[in-house]
Amino acid sequence: MKTFRHCLIFVSSILISLFSVFGSANADGHKEFKLGVVTFLSGPAAEPFGVPAWNGGKLFIDLLNAGNAPAPYDKVGFGGMKITAIPIDESGGATKQVQEFRNLVQRDKVDAVLGYVSSGDCMAIPSVADELKALTVLYDCGTPRVFEDASYKYVFRTAAHAAMDNIAIARYLMGKGYDVSSIAGINQNYAWGKDSWKDFNVSIKKLSPNSEIKNELFPKIFAGQYGTEISALMNSKAKVVHSSLWGGDLQSFILQAKPRGLFKRTQVVFSAGDHVMPGLGNKYPEGVILGARGQYGMMAPDTALNRWFYKAYMDKYGVFPAQPPYRMVQGLMGLKMAIEKAMDNNGGKRPNKDQIATAFTGLEWEAPGGLVQMKLGNGHQAIQPHAIGKTVKDKDGNITITDIVRYSANCVNPPNGIKAVDWIEAGFPGSDCK
Amino acid sequence: MTHKFYNNLIVQSIFLMSVLIIVGLFIPNWLVFVITKAIAYGLVALGIVTLMRGGLVSFGQGFVFAIGGYTAGLLGTQAGLTDAVLLLFISFLFTGFVGLIFGPLLARYRDIFFAMLSLAFSMVLYGVLIKIDAIGGSDGFVLPESTYFGILPSSDYADYALYVVSIILTGIVSVLLRYYYNSTPGLIALAVRENELRVEYLGASAFRVTVLNFTIAAGLGGMGGALNGIALGHIDPEFSYWTTSGEFVFISILAGYLSVPAVFLAALLLELVRSFSGRYFPDTWQLILGVFLILSIIYIPTGIGSFFKKFMDKLNKKKNE
Amino acid sequence: MFDEILTIFLDGAIYASWLFIVALGLTFVFGVLKILNIAHGGIYALGAYSTATLVPIFYSLGMPEELVVLAMLFSALAVAIVITPIMERVILRRFYGQDEVLIVLVTYAIYLVLEDVQKIIWGMKSFYVSEPREILGAVEMGSLYYVGYDLALIGLAIFCGLALWLSLNKTKSGKIVLAVIHNPEISGCMGVNINKVYLAAFFVGAFFAALAGSFTAPLISVQVGISVAVVIESFAVVIIGGLGSIPGAVIGALIIGMARAACVHKLPEAEIFIMYLCMAGMLIFRPKGLFQGAQARKI
Repeated sequence: MKTFRHCLIFVSSILISLFSVFGSANADGHKEFKLGVVTFLSGPAAEPFGVPAWNGGKLFIDLLNAGNAPAPYDKVGFGGMKITAIPIDESGGATKQVQEFRNLVQRDKVDAVLGYVSSGDCMAIPSVADELKALTVLYDCGTPRVFEDASYKYVFRTAAHAAMDNIAIARYLMGKGYDVSSIAGINQNYAWGKDSWKDFNVSIKKLSPNSEIKNELFPKIFAGQYGTEISALMNSKAKVVHSSLWGGDLQSFILQAKPRGLFKRTQVVFSAGDHVMPGLGNKYPEGVILGARGQYGMMAPDTALNRWFYKAYMDKYGVFPAQPPYRMVQGLMGLKMAIEKAMDNNGGKRPNKDQIATAFTGLEWEAPGGLVQMKLGNGHQAIQPHAIGKTVKDKDGNITITDIVRYSANCVNPPNGIKAVDWIEAGFPGSDCK
Repeated sequence: MTHKFYNNLIVQSIFLMSVLIIVGLFIPNWLVFVITKAIAYGLVALGIVTLMRGGLVSFGQGFVFAIGGYTAGLLGTQAGLTDAVLLLFISFLFTGFVGLIFGPLLARYRDIFFAMLSLAFSMVLYGVLIKIDAIGGSDGFVLPESTYFGILPSSDYADYALYVVSIILTGIVSVLLRYYYNSTPGLIALAVRENELRVEYLGASAFRVTVLNFTIAAGLGGMGGALNGIALGHIDPEFSYWTTSGEFVFISILAGYLSVPAVFLAALLLELVRSFSGRYFPDTWQLILGVFLILSIIYIPTGIGSFFKKFMDKLNKKKNE
Repeated sequence: MFDEILTIFLDGAIYASWLFIVALGLTFVFGVLKILNIAHGGIYALGAYSTATLVPIFYSLGMPEELVVLAMLFSALAVAIVITPIMERVILRRFYGQDEVLIVLVTYAIYLVLEDVQKIIWGMKSFYVSEPREILGAVEMGSLYYVGYDLALIGLAIFCGLALWLSLNKTKSGKIVLAVIHNPEISGCMGVNINKVYLAAFFVGAFFAALAGSFTAPLISVQVGISVAVVIESFAVVIIGGLGSIPGAVIGALIIGMARAACVHKLPEAEIFIMYLCMAGMLIFRPKGLFQGAQARKI
């Protein structure tokens, strides 16, 4: 009888608390724009990507709601509508994210979803988004396949895909005259790592046909221990070692490889190496060639917009913004521009999602990292300029980036209608590198 | 006569099913979806409950869950088979067959060893799935939209159609399982739980009953995996990960092994707690889920099912008086 | 050729030592309490975090660099002292005598809680304590440099394994523990305080888990999410070696460590798969692991 009562109290109290929470959350006004924000808040991708990105996003949303952002982003919220953000944790795999996405759309009735760092999630979400007719902005993930293998009506990606990162690094190595006669790679064993390595080694071979692949390592994601891999890389005696590792894996790799002299013996390139700089500080090795997946952080262009954002983030969090906050803000800016353009077309009234989607297609806007153009995937996939640099110790002993080379968006991104891999294999036809 | 009619299990189930199907028309879409998902999880947990009756708990039902999901997914993408009912049925048969192969291997083990070995098998499958790029590797793949007897429902009714199918399916499965539990092998399983050696001395085969239970559990797990995959429209190797298996065990422990409907209620409860804590406490949902698990194991160790059973016993006692 | 074999052997030995330290506590707790502690990974992470917190304090007190090992030991001990009463006394003890699988589930729940506890205490920042790794310098082996600290891990693994094995087999209290492992009820009847033995065993297990975290901390960036992989890796070691067996954990760690090192050097495509392959092979041919003794059937 005691268990009976326990059980009854237990079950009913949970149901009551759940529904009371749900009931109270259902009040929404007409002047509000509900935005689901999905990024990593737990697990290994939280510290390097999810949390700094959301910090940047939160900061920017607050500034927008207060009307304190500079022109052309000076309207309150999205076209006068205050933004209410609902953050959701991205960890747990693609299938769980599909479910969270449905909850956001069907239960919370959000007006749009902005999110997704993981390529796996970006492959899974778009088909559901179109099925539910939910406006979705992919702000970070790298895989080129989202809009190369299919097309979607309500899905947009506001950052360039990963092909750019590796093409630009290959161009940098060639342009600066590095010895690429032999290359090796260490990349994680999943879509991101495999695609990155393929884009890089094919690009190198196109630009320098005699180059030889010495070693291709694919440790599993979140392995954390790279002693064996470091030995193998050093034994291979490759002139250039390429890696697209990120987050804790990249930090651990750097910490383990540095005392063993890998960075002294070989030229190491990190295709997405900047985002661990705020954390590692002066433990970051010198002489590493790295990209930031765009002109972000220390490699951002010197524009008024960038100075404003860099300072706002620095003031609030005491550390400089690397790629993650830039990319989320870039996505928010794109969404804002699309909504406001649709609003103008709609005579100043709140636009519906079809109108926003139409306005978003082919949109261009100026972000802190440079001009973003929705040019690929029939106007759903962004391209943007890129920059590559090399780490060096300045006179105070701090690690910074020098020798920065900037690449125009058309130089490192394929034109519309051709897959990134095919474009690289064809030898970059129609690229425009001035 | 009428008294007997109302007590008939089939009549009760049909009544409950029709109520749920009608209710489904009036509740919001997200709840329809959550219930469908809870049913998918409940089916797998029902498999574990079937094993629990024989004294075994599998910590690796993700193994069959993933096989079922991938079977449905591959049939959909490679063979163009999109009929939901057919996919569920084929997944059930196929994973049942897989269970029949692995059953004899695992049926020799008991207690924690059985749990750990099944977990190891699911992790091996996970390792295989993330390695095969042809089926999406670690990203998994998207399933085509399902049809129902040749009809492709509009997207507004797709969730409801699957909901109806899963309710009917659950009804049938629950009734059949109740009959199985009351059959000779079903009752032998209970005896095995109490004392295996005595069962053997009495001339029954504990091994056979365990293999049978394992096969049924595998089939149910596969069907749950297929339903989950169809409902979400996406499949990935996470289906076979140990954390997924852990959730199934939790549902079956929360439900207990005494009642079939309790399993689905427990699944729904977990689904709601998980999704609401993720929604309102995105930073600490794991903590809430963990505390919820610990508290429910402490305070209802025999499961929600014991509450159901006591209620039914009391009802019967009153009737007899 | 010789160079390459030496490299594979060294890499394999370093990795195996790490695996062994990580798995030792897990297999010991299972041996005594029959609990497969999934929260082991969480304690490991706490050990790493507490080292990342205490070592900088240790340096700021101006203590000699060489004694940093003491700070690491102390941080592991502190974690074990805090976590043992909470986990064993308050939570797990309620479930002794109940279904073992139920206890696995409870430890899974504790694992979930610990994940967020790390976040609440230390936030989302990553911590670096690579200083202890510098004190032993680098050693040239063949054509490569190895870090002295990594090689010292081999010594640590041997020391931990031997210490535990000797204290179990050569001391009186160790023999009492063995008696409890063999049959808790009879031992209880003979006057052994089983609750105390359980508490002590859990403490030792938690200490080794935290110790593994402490000594891994200088190698990695300590941050949220480092415990997930550890759960599966230590699990694979004990499955291969046999649940509850210390020599088994040695062999399990060596098999995985060497196989993985050989793969990375000679056949990198197979690396991701090799651990699961070892596990599957063992399951098919010796499902209870290499060192699983016979068990008496109870009527």
